[in-house]
Amino acid sequence: MLYREAGDFKTSYEADGQTFPIRLDRRGYYAILVMALAVVPFVLNDYWVNAVFLPFLIYAIAALGLNILTGYCGQVSLGTGGFMAVGAYSVYKLMTAFPEISIAIHVVLAGLITALVGVLFGLPSLRIKGFYLAVATLAAQFFLVWLFNRVPWFYNYSASGQISAPERTLLGYRITGPETQAWAVYLFCLVFLVASAWIARNLTRGSVGRKWMAIRDMDIAAEIIGVNPLTAKLSAFAVSSFFVGISGALFFAVYLGAVEVGEAFGINKSFLVLFMIIIGGLGSIFGSFAGAAFMVLMPVFLKNVLVGGLGWPTDLAAHLEFMIVGALIILFLVLEPHGLAQLWRMTKEKLRLWPFPH
Amino acid sequence: MTGPGMSAGARGRSDVRDSLDHEVTADGRKIGGVLMDMRSITLRFGGVEAIKNISFDIREGEIRAIIGPNGAGKSSMLNVISGFYVPQEGEVWFRGSRRPPMKPYQVARQGIARTFQNIALFEGMSVLDNVMTGRLTQMKTGMAAQALWWGKAQREEVENRARVEQIIDFLEIQHIRKTPVGRLPYGLKKRVELARALAADPMLLLLDEPMAGMNVEEKEDMSRFILDVNDEFGTTIALIEHDMGVVMDLSDRVVVMDYGRKIGDGTPAEVRSNQDVIDAYLGVSHD
Repeated sequence: MLYREAGDFKTSYEADGQTFPIRLDRRGYYAILVMALAVVPFVLNDYWVNAVFLPFLIYAIAALGLNILTGYCGQVSLGTGGFMAVGAYSVYKLMTAFPEISIAIHVVLAGLITALVGVLFGLPSLRIKGFYLAVATLAAQFFLVWLFNRVPWFYNYSASGQISAPERTLLGYRITGPETQAWAVYLFCLVFLVASAWIARNLTRGSVGRKWMAIRDMDIAAEIIGVNPLTAKLSAFAVSSFFVGISGALFFAVYLGAVEVGEAFGINKSFLVLFMIIIGGLGSIFGSFAGAAFMVLMPVFLKNVLVGGLGWPTDLAAHLEFMIVGALIILFLVLEPHGLAQLWRMTKEKLRLWPFPH
Repeated sequence: MTGPGMSAGARGRSDVRDSLDHEVTADGRKIGGVLMDMRSITLRFGGVEAIKNISFDIREGEIRAIIGPNGAGKSSMLNVISGFYVPQEGEVWFRGSRRPPMKPYQVARQGIARTFQNIALFEGMSVLDNVMTGRLTQMKTGMAAQALWWGKAQREEVENRARVEQIIDFLEIQHIRKTPVGRLPYGLKKRVELARALAADPMLLLLDEPMAGMNVEEKEDMSRFILDVNDEFGTTIALIEHDMGVVMDLSDRVVVMDYGRKIGDGTPAEVRSNQDVIDAYLGVSHD
């Protein structure tokens, strides 16, 4: 009754093809966007930004990127951590080499550099598929981490081998460095996430997205309708790595501030982002958000309940947290193998008729 | 027996010549010059010769059938035309010029579309998106414009959507437009696959057993659609089919293959009375 689409007629193909075809959906999403942009920045504090919002925003960008490659184009990648590292080291080199240029431009450039690296490591995908490709991208993961560890030029010959973000401002507000304002970094990352989601949506709804999905669903049939597998796969690697690079750049420069590559961008990161899109829903923009939210929020939520609410010792809570998150992942995948996005779609189907049975 | 004879076909029409290379059939369809010419094609897989020195042509506007028993090399021939296999010997001529060895996607861009024996649709996408993929060869907007969904990208999408909707109407699949293809029954999937091939506005349409596994009603529908496509869009069609009744009714000319050889070529009536064809395809009588 409350959620309905009756009377919401489309009279043009533009209207039928829009991102949120149902009026109620559209209003809901715009309301959330306005809230996120205009209300949240004024009410949040350092804890919320660092524990919840920044990781969510940044991982959501990475999940969007991986979802384009794996969810839309069907190319499994375990190199996400490595590509995030490329984004991080690119932005570091750019920030230190050209301090007068805006940090926002550096982040975009870091994305572009990562896109190039992604295309390079995407080349094997033309020959190998599925699990074998996953193993090939694993090589990218280990090679890139090794590279950033071993070549001192990448960390500007610092004694610790770490990179740390110098202080940079945007429009007079500090975005990176030790003293930042919570709302400024939040907005900075939010703008990147919204722009990424918008671009991802536009690409996946048009002919580029159909090429990717055609390759994913049946590559032989894709070729027979005129899709060049080379350009389709490599463009997916490029776009995916672009987003992943941006997220890596933000993860290092804005969120962590200082990074040791093996620790921050190891294989765990690749798996984490892959879990996000599997739990959220492969081939879905909404799924990327849902998966990132689930994997970021669930541990925080559990910690607050177990330690804050029930007063359990921190170490016990930490172990239980692992177990509960793991169990929840299994539960979700058994209940709905197509992820939270599918769960959400089915809820909407049901809501359409609610409270009437037919 | 072999060679392009154009006498009265099974559709019971008499052909009238109205120009040198251009005939009008009794039901008003125009059959033009040679669109595709396969010259002495030989295809080997290791020591096995799948196709042995076969030549035949496909003329503009006609419905050309390739028939033969299992393993005769029909599908291999279709795969040669659509670029999956490169023949060891022989030449493929398309629209009056020799075609160099090509990848399937390049063949598609030349205006040759096809369907598969065992449906090759994109199961994760809706019917509409599947048919829209047929338009990919026509959509040229760059990635940057699409990323921003500005001007040309949106315009192109709407224009191609309009064409796709015509085809959806034509094949009467409006009601399943937004349904994921994976949920459709077999007969409808076949129709969606035809829609996707048609969406490319092909010059030559290859159908690999369009009626395999269908019941009589679905076969009748599909036959109707094939004739309508040929009639209304003037699309040249080459098809492989096992149902002899269907082949004899639909096609203008028939190539018969057996063990990789061509054993017959002509109108359905000619092929039907060819003793080699009767022996090989319909069986030799032993009494």
